[in-house]
Amino acid sequence: MSAVLALLKRDLALLTPGAHGGGGRRGGTMLPLLFFLAVAMLYPFAVGPDAPLLARTGGGVIWVAALLAAILPLDRLLAPDVEQGFFDQWALRGISEELVVAVRMIAHWLSFGPPLMLATLPAAALLGIDGATLRIVELGLLAGTPGLAAIGIIIAALTVSLRSGAALSGLLVIPLAVPLLIFGAGSLSTGGEGGLALTAAISLALIAAAPFAGGAAIRAAREG
Amino acid sequence: MHIFANPKRFLSLATWLTPMCLVIGLVMAGGALAYGLLYAPADRLMGETVRILYIHVPAAWLGMGGWTTIAVASIVELVWRHPLATIAARAAAVPGAVFTAICLITGSIWGRPTWGTWWVWDGRLTSMLILLFLYFGYIALAGAVNREGASSRIPAIFGIVGAINIPIINRSVVWWNSLHQPPSITLGKSAIDPAFLWPLLIAAVGFSFIFGGVVLARMRMILADIQTEARLRRKALAA
Repeated sequence: MSAVLALLKRDLALLTPGAHGGGGRRGGTMLPLLFFLAVAMLYPFAVGPDAPLLARTGGGVIWVAALLAAILPLDRLLAPDVEQGFFDQWALRGISEELVVAVRMIAHWLSFGPPLMLATLPAAALLGIDGATLRIVELGLLAGTPGLAAIGIIIAALTVSLRSGAALSGLLVIPLAVPLLIFGAGSLSTGGEGGLALTAAISLALIAAAPFAGGAAIRAAREG
Repeated sequence: MHIFANPKRFLSLATWLTPMCLVIGLVMAGGALAYGLLYAPADRLMGETVRILYIHVPAAWLGMGGWTTIAVASIVELVWRHPLATIAARAAAVPGAVFTAICLITGSIWGRPTWGTWWVWDGRLTSMLILLFLYFGYIALAGAVNREGASSRIPAIFGIVGAINIPIINRSVVWWNSLHQPPSITLGKSAIDPAFLWPLLIAAVGFSFIFGGVVLARMRMILADIQTEARLRRKALAA
């Protein structure tokens, strides 16, 4: 248990801004958040400043922006620790790859999910989304971002030993994340209340699978 | 199963199995398509357009069958480290993607006259499109792993994770009841008239043979690549 807490503390220090200077040592949480806001800003430029249209489609735009922002931090999520041999040291100490990946997934969500939900507030203002819709978007993100973190850690582990990993991860994340997007953004439409529960269900299934898929991928990368 | 861990034994079998599968498949699929195009009756509601059924439905089955092949081969690869399983999974990806694309394209052409639209965001269409992008991801990942000499178990893990999509496609027509019809053919019973069913089944078996033949041919190609590389390396070491 103390190993879990120590790992979580280290991961959070690496992934979140704070003591180590702006953005955290891994290039940061700020980058995906700014990217998220930039996408939300881009959309009104593309479709025109038509307030009713923006308000109606804004929730979906926030979901797409969240999904795209989730791809950005993946190439630095595990790769530095594999390159520097941290995983080999943990394995020697009898700490399994699954455990490290599970803790990293939690730290990744903590550094990514809640800040994203905060950044949704200015994004909602940009898009002119009303309060009731904003509530469903925030609840949907609360249910969906853990699933995005789980997909992210799986893909980060799969591409950890590949030089072209950063370019690949987008192509690999998107089809896996589509069910989350469908139900998460689907909860915004009328009669889509069940979408929130389905989003949470998919997230739970992904969270359960991610440590095992990620751990196996890291071992495969080591055996090369 | 480990009999075929020796590529030589596999190759001696595959060498005559490949053309046999392809010839049988081409004859059966070609015959069924010709029959479907020329002799099968037109549908009461859909008219002549129903003839696209004989290519659309087998392509859909094989598009999903391709990923099932990848998933099963990936499990064999991860559990028993069978050397041919890796190659089989890689070989099945491209034909699977092609059949998925054929299914989407023919479905779109069929949708125009019968539904009045090229595309709807219906559950089954959407999940076939996701499947196509899963194939693209798998092909790109397997290619990168092969180029960079990383572990072949990496695409195998992605193959198994992606297999979650197969039951979703299979159930999607029941869950989201929209423009696409619910399944007409389930194990043991069929809502399709025998006049349509028989050429459809023959076409499906024929396309499956073609799929098998292409997979075998691609496995031989990948094995030949590996052998060439090993031979070059030996020569370089000896020189």
